Amino acid sequence: MDNAALKERILGLVPDAEFQENKQFLTFIIPPAKMHDLALSLKAEADLAFDFLFCLTAVDMVKFLEVVYHLESTTHKHQLVLKARTEDRVSGAVDTVCDIWKTAELHEREAYDLMGIRFNNHPDLRRFFLEEGWVGHPLRKDYVDEVNIVEL
Amino acid sequence: MKEVINLPVKNVEEEEYHINMGPQHPSTHGVLRLVVSLQGEIVKSLKPHCGYIHRGIEKMCEKDTYPQIIHLTDRMDYLSAHINNHAVCLLVENALEVDVPERVKYIRTIVDELNRIASHQLWWCSFGMDMGGLTCYFYGLRDREKILDIFEESFGSRLLHSYYTPGGLMMDIHPNFQKNVKDFLKYFRRKIKDYDNILTGNIIMQERTKGVGILSKEDAISYGVTGPSGRASGFACDVRKHHPYGVYDKADFKEILGTEGDTFTRYMMRMHEMRESMKIIEQLIDNIPAGDYTAKMKAVLKLPAGEYYQRVEAARGELGVYCVSDGNKTPYRMKFRSPNFSNLSALDHMSRGVKIADLVAIGGSLDYVIPDIDR
Amino acid sequence: MNFSIYDFTSFNQWIDKFLYDNLPAFWAVAVEMVIIGVAILLFYALVGLFLVYAERKVCAFMQNRVGPNRVGPYGFFQTIADFIKLMLKELVHIKNADQLLFNLAPFIVIIASFMAIAAIPFAKGLHAIDFDIGVLYVIAVSSLGVVGILLAGWSSNNKYSLIGAMRSGAQIVSYELSVGLSLITIVILAGTMQFSEIVEGQRNGWFLFKGHIPAFIAFIIFLISSTAETNRGPFDLAEAESELTAGFHTEYSGIKFAFFFLAEYMNMFIVASIAATVFLGGWMPFHVGGWAGFNHIMDYIPPFVWYIGKTFFVIWIMMWFKWTFPRLRIDQLLTLEWKYLLPINLVNILIMAFIVLMGWHF
Repeated sequence: MDNAALKERILGLVPDAEFQENKQFLTFIIPPAKMHDLALSLKAEADLAFDFLFCLTAVDMVKFLEVVYHLESTTHKHQLVLKARTEDRVSGAVDTVCDIWKTAELHEREAYDLMGIRFNNHPDLRRFFLEEGWVGHPLRKDYVDEVNIVEL
Repeated sequence: MKEVINLPVKNVEEEEYHINMGPQHPSTHGVLRLVVSLQGEIVKSLKPHCGYIHRGIEKMCEKDTYPQIIHLTDRMDYLSAHINNHAVCLLVENALEVDVPERVKYIRTIVDELNRIASHQLWWCSFGMDMGGLTCYFYGLRDREKILDIFEESFGSRLLHSYYTPGGLMMDIHPNFQKNVKDFLKYFRRKIKDYDNILTGNIIMQERTKGVGILSKEDAISYGVTGPSGRASGFACDVRKHHPYGVYDKADFKEILGTEGDTFTRYMMRMHEMRESMKIIEQLIDNIPAGDYTAKMKAVLKLPAGEYYQRVEAARGELGVYCVSDGNKTPYRMKFRSPNFSNLSALDHMSRGVKIADLVAIGGSLDYVIPDIDR
Repeated sequence: MNFSIYDFTSFNQWIDKFLYDNLPAFWAVAVEMVIIGVAILLFYALVGLFLVYAERKVCAFMQNRVGPNRVGPYGFFQTIADFIKLMLKELVHIKNADQLLFNLAPFIVIIASFMAIAAIPFAKGLHAIDFDIGVLYVIAVSSLGVVGILLAGWSSNNKYSLIGAMRSGAQIVSYELSVGLSLITIVILAGTMQFSEIVEGQRNGWFLFKGHIPAFIAFIIFLISSTAETNRGPFDLAEAESELTAGFHTEYSGIKFAFFFLAEYMNMFIVASIAATVFLGGWMPFHVGGWAGFNHIMDYIPPFVWYIGKTFFVIWIMMWFKWTFPRLRIDQLLTLEWKYLLPINLVNILIMAFIVLMGWHF
């Protein structure tokens, strides 16, 4: 499916998805509440068949935290980027997609560990790299660690 | 009178036995820690615990300029250092829309493939060692040394090269490079038969790996297992074929797919891949065009604001670099989607119900490099 | 006294007579025991050191390496340096370990291998005890070592050690059968269990050649199962360093570790000696029927040299196994024994008995 058709198809599934200009990938910003349902249909429907989540990450945009999903279909070869935003920096949460793409389990743990985004219904949401009891989430822009980070 | 306490009667069959594999363990190839619950010798489940070598490369990138970042990427998957460098260089070049000279593309592709062979050689050594055949280790290292010598002559270092720069190369290849590479290919075509003789054809090795640690195609895709491990399950995930970069589109090579998805197939995928890599180099080595070894680049590289993603095929799978730029000379956010990280997530699924010795073999066939998982 | 390197009998009788003439009977026996004990202990230590060196050199040559070459000529004193290092190393105290069993285990392992060496004939007359049930004695004593391994694994309070010990227990108990049965095949052919007579019976041909195909099959089975019994690769599951770090001796350090290490090599030496004695004619020289001149030259080589040569040939084969094969898995190991080696062995014994009954052997 080419990008124009894909765009129509996504907007058909989630009418309030916000289209974002991007040279490389077709990008949509999806309301977090609808993320899981959309993900289910993206994987299940035969003409979409996004079965390969090749990257899941989180970005701290200061005003909001953003989870970025890079998706590809191994059958149709089309690609798609979805973003889910949350403005709550303390308990902001997005539904997990690790029941749909199993690779998300570790990627979401990493995002939780380093960026502090919670994932609802995640089976084992613990810190992955840092030890339990670490204060703060290092990849956030407002993270201060005067001991370990040397400002140049 | 003493109070009678009714202790729950434990069913011995259901009792689990936890062992810590790692962080210091010979078969985890680094500081990975796997908490394995066993029942006798049989693995019931395992949980990876990472972070023992977490250096925060993604955070460090936010403070560094793009040419500096290249030096950090070496340190992720240090066995495919060139390929990691390539990913960042391509990302910057594509973002700045720089035209890279053909000569650079050829050299990069050849060096990438040499790096892939070297990486697979080391994998072969350590896989043999995981299986208990120590002799393999020295055979593999002996041949890897030849590649490292070529690297050293041209780039001045053996492991962490940082040879690629955005727009080109740090310096031109050594005059002996082509001759040495051709000599190596001739040498290694002969020596790879030894690999087959000592390990591939061995009945013990085949009995131990066939039908063990099976990963179906659906699971491979779902877990994002890429590279030779993913292709063993039939997942066509070779970035060199599907999203070509460098001059892979000019080279004739096969994307070999397995069907079984077991440890032996993963082993064979890498053996085939070494031969395919030799084929690619043979096609390109005589056709390196003359020209500059770098494009004209600005002194300070500033990526236009936006998001960029670059995929390359590292030795262990698909390496993705995701970069958010706000127009400054340093990236706003840099994310490395490392192949080992995703491959590791499938380890629990693959190793349920196998013997502890098989767990080591499966781990060896996934070929994880821990600094790449932790970053 | 006429001393000859071809026959130690008269030399032994001379010492015996000398002691009995000068000492009361009790003390004469005591002194004899001490002499033999010290001689065997020395031999044991020297062979142990040499075997470690030999293994390192053999594996180095199989792996494109040089091996030890710094300490002395060709690194010959490397193992002595290692031994001194191991002697001086701290013995790490393990918390919550069963101290008594933990300390006892290395001794049991080393005593078992030490006892087995007593029954092996090194040359004519050079033989500590010539039991009339020598074969049975060696099988019985060499399997005692597994007790030490089990104790070591159990008392270390380490899960890896325990897994290694349990593997070793299962392994040695099963492969004991094959070792015994393959030796019985030859006992049927020789008609005796006394080592001196087994060697004497091979004066006109080694049992390996005398016993047709069954003897050959028994030899192969003996090689496989004795490699397994000594916990050497490809059957080194009890140690399995890529899975269990070091298996049952993970927690041992210093001289206690050295005991395990030495016992492993000595066990290899013992099984190789038995293979050489039972199948390859022991200290008998190699003769080819009809080649009188050749046979005469062979007779000039002292029996002790023949014995050592044959033993080291078998040891070299075992080292070759270790450095070329990957390790087996525990279920494959047991399958190999119970489903393949044991049935083959039983049938082999029947065939051998039939051959001996019909007098078809040479």
